[in-house]
Amino acid sequence: MMTGPILRILGRSGVLFLSAVIAVALIVPFCNLVFPPSSPLHVPTYLVALWGKYICYAILALSIDLIWGYCGILSLGHGAFFALGGYAMGMYLMRQIGTRGVYGNPILPDFMVFLNWPELPIYWYGFQHFPYALLMIVAVPGLLAFVFGWFAFRSRVTGVYLSIITQALTFALLLGFFRNNFGFGGNNGLTDFKDILGFNVQAQGTRAALFAISCIALAIGFIICRALVTSKFGKVLVAIRDAEARTRFLGYRAESYKLFVFTLSACMAGIAGALYVPQVGIINPSEFSPANSIEAVIWVAVGGRGTLTGAVVGAILVNYAKTFFTSGTLVPYWIMGGCVVIALAGLSWQRLQTLYGAAAGAALAAGITQINYVGPIGSFVLAGLFILVAMGRGWHALPVGAIFGALAFGFLSTPLATLGLAPFWLFALGGLFVAVTLLLPRGVVGTLEQWWTEWQEAAAAKQLAKPDAAQPMTSGEPSPRPAE
Amino acid sequence: MLQSIRSVAERPIARRWLLVTGLSLGLMAAMPSAKAQDTIKIGILHSLSGTMAISETTLKDVMLMLIEEQNKKGGVLGKKLEAVVVDPASNWPLFAEKARELITKDKVSVVFGCWTSVSRKSVLPVFKELNSILFYPVQYEGEESERNVFYTGAAPNQQAIPAVDYLMKDEKVQRWVLAGTDYVYPRTTNKILEAYLKAKGVKPEDIMINYTPFGHSDWQTIVADIKKFGSAGKKTAVVSTINGDANVPFYKELGNQGVKAKDIPVVAFSVGEEELAGIDTKPLLGHLAAWNYFESIKNPANADFISKWKAFTKNPKRVTNDPMEAHVIGFAMWVKAVEKAKSFDPDKVIAALPGIEAPNLTGGVSKMLPNHHITKPVFIGEVRADGQFDVVWKTPGLVPGDAWSKELDGSKDLIGDWVTLKCGNYNTKTKKCMSGT
Amino acid sequence: MRFLRDRFVALLLAALIAAVAAPAAQAASLAEALTKFTTDEFSDTAEAIADVAGSGDARATTIIEALQDGRLLYNGEQKTVFYKDKSGKLIDAATGQAVAGDPPANLAAVRINNRIRRSIDAALGELTLRAPDPAKRFDAAQAVFKSRDANALESLDAAIAKETDLRVKKAFAEARAAIVLYQAETSEADKLDAVAVVRARGDQDALQLLGGLPNETPASVRTAARDAVAAMQSQQAMWSTVQNVWYGLSLGSVLLLAAIGLAITFGVMGVINMAHGEMVMLGAYVTFAVQELIRTNNPGLFDYSLFIAVPLAFVVTGLVGILIEQGIIRFLYGRPLETLLATWGLSLVLQQAVRTAFGPTNKEVGAPSWMSGAFNIGQINVTYGRLWIIVFTLAVFAALLALLRFTRLGLEMRAVTQNRSMAASMGIRTARVDALTFGLGSGIAGIAGVALSQIDNVSPNLGQSYIIDSFLVVVFGGVGNLWGTLVGAFTLGIANKFLEPFAGAVLGKIAILVLIILFIQKRPRGLFALKGRAVEA
Repeated sequence: MMTGPILRILGRSGVLFLSAVIAVALIVPFCNLVFPPSSPLHVPTYLVALWGKYICYAILALSIDLIWGYCGILSLGHGAFFALGGYAMGMYLMRQIGTRGVYGNPILPDFMVFLNWPELPIYWYGFQHFPYALLMIVAVPGLLAFVFGWFAFRSRVTGVYLSIITQALTFALLLGFFRNNFGFGGNNGLTDFKDILGFNVQAQGTRAALFAISCIALAIGFIICRALVTSKFGKVLVAIRDAEARTRFLGYRAESYKLFVFTLSACMAGIAGALYVPQVGIINPSEFSPANSIEAVIWVAVGGRGTLTGAVVGAILVNYAKTFFTSGTLVPYWIMGGCVVIALAGLSWQRLQTLYGAAAGAALAAGITQINYVGPIGSFVLAGLFILVAMGRGWHALPVGAIFGALAFGFLSTPLATLGLAPFWLFALGGLFVAVTLLLPRGVVGTLEQWWTEWQEAAAAKQLAKPDAAQPMTSGEPSPRPAE
Repeated sequence: MLQSIRSVAERPIARRWLLVTGLSLGLMAAMPSAKAQDTIKIGILHSLSGTMAISETTLKDVMLMLIEEQNKKGGVLGKKLEAVVVDPASNWPLFAEKARELITKDKVSVVFGCWTSVSRKSVLPVFKELNSILFYPVQYEGEESERNVFYTGAAPNQQAIPAVDYLMKDEKVQRWVLAGTDYVYPRTTNKILEAYLKAKGVKPEDIMINYTPFGHSDWQTIVADIKKFGSAGKKTAVVSTINGDANVPFYKELGNQGVKAKDIPVVAFSVGEEELAGIDTKPLLGHLAAWNYFESIKNPANADFISKWKAFTKNPKRVTNDPMEAHVIGFAMWVKAVEKAKSFDPDKVIAALPGIEAPNLTGGVSKMLPNHHITKPVFIGEVRADGQFDVVWKTPGLVPGDAWSKELDGSKDLIGDWVTLKCGNYNTKTKKCMSGT
Repeated sequence: MRFLRDRFVALLLAALIAAVAAPAAQAASLAEALTKFTTDEFSDTAEAIADVAGSGDARATTIIEALQDGRLLYNGEQKTVFYKDKSGKLIDAATGQAVAGDPPANLAAVRINNRIRRSIDAALGELTLRAPDPAKRFDAAQAVFKSRDANALESLDAAIAKETDLRVKKAFAEARAAIVLYQAETSEADKLDAVAVVRARGDQDALQLLGGLPNETPASVRTAARDAVAAMQSQQAMWSTVQNVWYGLSLGSVLLLAAIGLAITFGVMGVINMAHGEMVMLGAYVTFAVQELIRTNNPGLFDYSLFIAVPLAFVVTGLVGILIEQGIIRFLYGRPLETLLATWGLSLVLQQAVRTAFGPTNKEVGAPSWMSGAFNIGQINVTYGRLWIIVFTLAVFAALLALLRFTRLGLEMRAVTQNRSMAASMGIRTARVDALTFGLGSGIAGIAGVALSQIDNVSPNLGQSYIIDSFLVVVFGGVGNLWGTLVGAFTLGIANKFLEPFAGAVLGKIAILVLIILFIQKRPRGLFALKGRAVEA
């Protein structure tokens, strides 16, 4: 039986996760295509496109978790591989437009006609063939990662240095792709796609199919990563992560391991990008921006580094939060105020100083709203001095309280108006990142797993209360305790 | 056992935080979005964060003001209007996602939005697929005419070419620096201008073209090059299509290196009152900008708009600018078209829009053309010491916007006509519609 | 031919009008000339300037200066013209009498455009050739050099004869040469002499002048001019190398300024502070707030605004830095890559907070008078703003070195960096030192913001544009070494400026990035790597 080893590799949580992914891959397109829009079971097409995007991000997050969570390589330029895969797919889609472009040129994409390019540049050759494009989707990011990694790992560039030069890499690509002379459409990128493999990209059926394919890609990626990290190879990776020098002294060629896993991860990111492009309908150099790559790393951190499932959960969670906060949803101010007050109550339960801080913060906010310009500076200076004194006395809960107090004042002082969330989403997102790194160093999934373990331990201790009680195992994975 | 309970209790902050945040988020997510039922929704798709927030936030505010005003007049067709504000965060794929969300989930009747070309390109397929209406308020490179989009900003022939004509006639400029940010709008504008200048007898060696990346901040070399280029014995001018953030350091460097408008004037297409608000304009006296609207234009309609705007934003220092006027015109046209069609149905409104006339803020009446562009006056203004512009030249009448540039080989035979031909890119030579719609 | 002549006409617009109308203008009274100001047409205004200048009236200079400053007012209906003198008193331009009682209604300033500005310069140049102040005479000479107004020749000759100041005399001679070259009737020999004079001047205005000689110029003069242009250009090419070094130093100083705070927080403490750029941004906003306060309350202090802003920015951003350290970073020591994520989140919050508080648009930060303008050293143009930024950067760098070397805090900082536990056991309060170090790094970032507000946008995105470059500088120079940061910043700045003329701004930058990536392969710990046990810790 084949299922045996696979099941063992996946572990309980892995099986659970995989079945969830496959269920989504089947149910969502089914509900979208079969039920009419009036039916309560209908999934609107825009949700399919949206979740298709999340799934692509999840694959990217998975690829980052593989190298960061298990090998300690923090790449701040993984968006580059994602975007390269996307561009390869975009080039295929551009060639499919044919004579339907606005200038009707059968070979040249619109932007080339427009910039008077006489003929197709060589690197665009072959992209009208899907298999070639498919090869490039994997080969280009893979090759770049291989060359980059070969240099970097051999020279033992590690840690922060590696992160910064990956960032420089994606930044250089960003600048390059922005240039119209490079022949990739400059800032506008590639857009206005028509067909993929003969199907209309905008058709409901195509969208559903792309969604299903993305889910399957995610599932396959997950199985590969899981197989890798549970094997002996994976154990070496973890060893490199935790003590690279020691692993090397034991006779392992650390750089080869790193190079392999880095290249593999780049290929995965490329595939994610390729699936992403037809679903969002545009690929543009801004995908190369370092901020995008950093954000992708943050998805992994939020979900839980070194858990694989966590990367996927984190990507979906953060992006869902982003969609929710940037949407036109209106929230009455008093509800926000209520939330803040609840949070404040929860905090001050622990330390009374929070309440003092809250009072100070509210007073400060009241002051700021009264006076212009002089106000902020004066009150910042005052608040700064106040906080310094508080710090000197060890009142660390005070500044936190002050922030909440100011917020509560702000929200509750305008009780009747409603508030579009859109202008404030960066507060929420930024706050989320800070809170997760501070309070949940293992990420959401990691923390849940830990609680589960503790709960089981406690239950086992209660039930058995015997010295020879077996250690409860959550799954067959190596315990991921990222030590940085 | 006691030990384990204790250990849980010793990490209370994390858990309490989780609890509190989870609770708050849950509360917010579960909130009933209490919305009045019988309203017509208008989508506002402008970045409120990220790099473009600097320009686009103002447009969101102006739309909110216009909608509020219209509601005070009783709404449209007896229904109140409701703005749905989303934040595409200067992220182009997010523009497409938000457009889809506005049309499908919020069911808006019309969307006012986008600034950059790429954001418009990103949402275009969505508007076509879901058949909705977008009003696009910014000057752009042209080469486009779509059924679902109405372009209320300037096409190149409504901004660039009149400006160059002015410099040639009034300043006798013979040598040209075309400086721009490296993206499609400057590329196209410069191409059109290059073709135009060559047709007017300017030699290729008298044209210098320079592209810089977005947000370029070190202009020392380029300004020095411009000075050098300008010292060849012929009157030289700079045509700047430098975008957004890069302008402030560019103008600061011009001022510092003493490039005076008297010697080498710079005419800009992307610098308006908002951009100048961030610069000390005294060293820039006399540099030029070409727009279809200036805040300094004396006119009752404009004065009324400015005072309303300052009252709405509660800030006497807020300035007005050209894209804001474009939204004012676009919104007025949409209201009239809806009233003419007696329906909010996109198809009927799209059919009703061409031919609709609405007064602009500079004393004329703009008209929506069959190619979905509008007629606009063109003004050339010189920078004043107070950050405003003095109009030194204007076109005698309104200039109709060309969707396709007559100066470019690829597009000189194309026209857009959604009334009789029902086609955005009709080739007048081959008598065929290129996109087959 | 026609084209060139048209241009010629345009360049001498004011002069020609004056020449044609010269006899009439002499006779015409000032009052008649003044009425042309009241039509609100640029061409009439240009004529009016020429007429006023040619009227020989004693008030001509005053009136034209008033026009230049926008103090010349007119009433379109009554055809009357007034000007405000420097103290703001309204004076009737025709009579020179102060207006008693209430000022007349419906006064509007006479509008000017670039063409009018040129006419004003030309007219003022001629009128002030005999001014008592040598600086003013020098400016007048420059104005005549540019306008090349043939009418000025006579007065110029007279002025040259009387001139004692050598610099002014030279300028007069150049102005005279310019007129001679563009005048049809002067002899060939005179013109050849003139070419030599202009050639000696050697700057871009001289190039401009010789490059655009009128068509009827004799062949020998044209050849001489061509030779002169070639010689001047080759000389300028030599200077351009020096110029590139200067630009590179100036760019390097900006990079250094942005990176120097990071060299403390990242280099010395090992904290990857992605919110560093936002500290710079906060510093710039402090400058804005200070200037705004000064503008509304005490405009006289404007020139000192930066002196007030620097310490204030240091204190404000330093406090914010300490707050961040206490609130977030101290929980993350030993997890550098996670501080990266937390501070990234923080940078988003700070950006949005500033956007909410101050609005998303750019804020105006003006340059004090001592930072505006430029001067020439040989052929290179040195702007005061850039010069002061370089000086300021080096001063900050020196102060920081001194602080680390000579103060108790510096000693403690170095001790904590080198061996934390040992330092702790020696009685150093490491937690306090950490907080202060981070505050110091942030404060320096704030100071950088004050300087950067002079050359860049003051907007919520300000910090974002510097963060990547700053990290590259620190990593390139070698983490933990301030001198490395200095050398790194200037190397990158100069390399960038030498690449830019060949490769263009974008490709130049890409090349620099690729070079850094390759360099890090060669020296994985930067230019000046720290050695010893601290490295592995």
